[in-house]
Amino acid sequence: MSQTSVLYDLPGPRAIARNRLLGMITIVVLLALFGLLVWRMLDTGQFDASKWEAFGYAAIWQRILGGLLNTLSAFALAAVGALVLGFVLAIGRLSDHAWVRVPVAWITELLRAVPVLVFMMLLYYAMPVIGVRFSPFEAVVIALVAYNGSVLAEVIRAGVESLPRGQQEAGYAVGLRKAGVMRLILLPQAIRAMMPVVISQLVVTLKDTALGFIITYEELLYVAKQLGSTAGLDRPIIQSTIVIGAIYIVICLLLSWFANYLQRRTEASPKVQGPQKPLADDGVTDTQLLLTQRGVDGLPGKAGGQ
Amino acid sequence: MFGTLFDNLDLWGEALVGTLVLFFGGGLIALVLGFIIGAMRVSPVPIARAVGTAYVNLVRNTPLTLLFFVFALGVPVLAGTRMDFLLLAVCALGLYTATYVAETLRSGINTVPVGQAEAARAIGLTFGQVMGLVVLPQAGRAVIPPMMSVLIALLKNTTVAAGFSVLNLGSIRNYLSERGENAMFVLLWVAIIFIALVLLLSWLQRVLENKWRVAR
Repeated sequence: MSQTSVLYDLPGPRAIARNRLLGMITIVVLLALFGLLVWRMLDTGQFDASKWEAFGYAAIWQRILGGLLNTLSAFALAAVGALVLGFVLAIGRLSDHAWVRVPVAWITELLRAVPVLVFMMLLYYAMPVIGVRFSPFEAVVIALVAYNGSVLAEVIRAGVESLPRGQQEAGYAVGLRKAGVMRLILLPQAIRAMMPVVISQLVVTLKDTALGFIITYEELLYVAKQLGSTAGLDRPIIQSTIVIGAIYIVICLLLSWFANYLQRRTEASPKVQGPQKPLADDGVTDTQLLLTQRGVDGLPGKAGGQ
Repeated sequence: MFGTLFDNLDLWGEALVGTLVLFFGGGLIALVLGFIIGAMRVSPVPIARAVGTAYVNLVRNTPLTLLFFVFALGVPVLAGTRMDFLLLAVCALGLYTATYVAETLRSGINTVPVGQAEAARAIGLTFGQVMGLVVLPQAGRAVIPPMMSVLIALLKNTTVAAGFSVLNLGSIRNYLSERGENAMFVLLWVAIIFIALVLLLSWLQRVLENKWRVAR
């Protein structure tokens, strides 16, 4: 919080009293909300043993594990595919030839503008009309690759463009060709600098696998709905939401934590002089990525130089 | 292909209205709540900061679909009554997008150079004046482009309501396939409409950005 603490003075006696009051109000509001939740859960009998019984069966956990496995396999394949597509599109957009650059730019923009869910539906419900059938798994993975690939392409491109021009010039000066400059000089630096943002985008990919539930892909959320509507288990919809929600939050937090860790490490590394700018206490956000892309972050090089 | 659109204008109209209600309703909740959370995260009250951080980290690491799931299936059970799905969907979208709004505001404040606030404090301005006259006007300008991007993401996220029986552009395929329309044409039209809406918002983003650029 070193950046924001400059906004206010060290609190004096009156400010300390006021801050304490505000803190109390926050706690009271929070307790009230929590109390409301507990009261509603008690009132509707959510703590009854019969509602939780489902989670004592090994078979149920096997189903949950199956859902988790489906979620993770879709995520893994989509992540790899998105990275590959991201590189291809980024290099295409950085091309010197307009006939490569312009179409690739259009494709990237198109892929980004269509909602992921609509893309999944196009693959799953619409393609059979022209005789091409995709399984829910394939539809989920392809849609995620297309969307996240186009976003990652912009991230990688922003990373390359934010490098000091001298890097590229030095590469040409020692006699490298375009491909060599890109492969040996620009991309390694850009990837290093952009790694935290790339990981954050992978968190988005992981979260978006949950959209597969809507096109009947049997991932975690699908399992949650099935469990929650099983009459034989007393319809534990709230309980399965809590359990599945906890699983999602834990995996995503682990990935986010990894992004933060990388962020701290890249910041400490003297090798990186990319678009790094220490944020307050918490790691990269989509916002930071957006700011970076738009060049409002006070970047060195092209983007911020108005 | 054009028949799919023009023979069913009634449904397309309703779906578009559904999407717009989700967009504006969710956007309103997101902006108000996001502003409060963002303010909490930069406030001098440690508890408020902790609550803001916890909210942002928790909700941002939850899939939007799960949030919809909670609201569409969980909240009615807890409330013990049937509830309007559209209202629940607006709440889910608003609560989810609020975290992004809060983060945008916070990093907007972080883009203002420390020296600005220091200079303002040095000439004796109070906290309110530092924020109101020096920091927030600059932060507000820096925040416009990423905030528009958050809104664009919100617009695309409205389609998730399709999984929870809210009529919008994401779910219109269900309704039109009952009328025997070609799923391919329907979904292509949906994609085209979204591309048009997103281009409109990006154009607005560019206009605002150029108008309010911060000269540094």
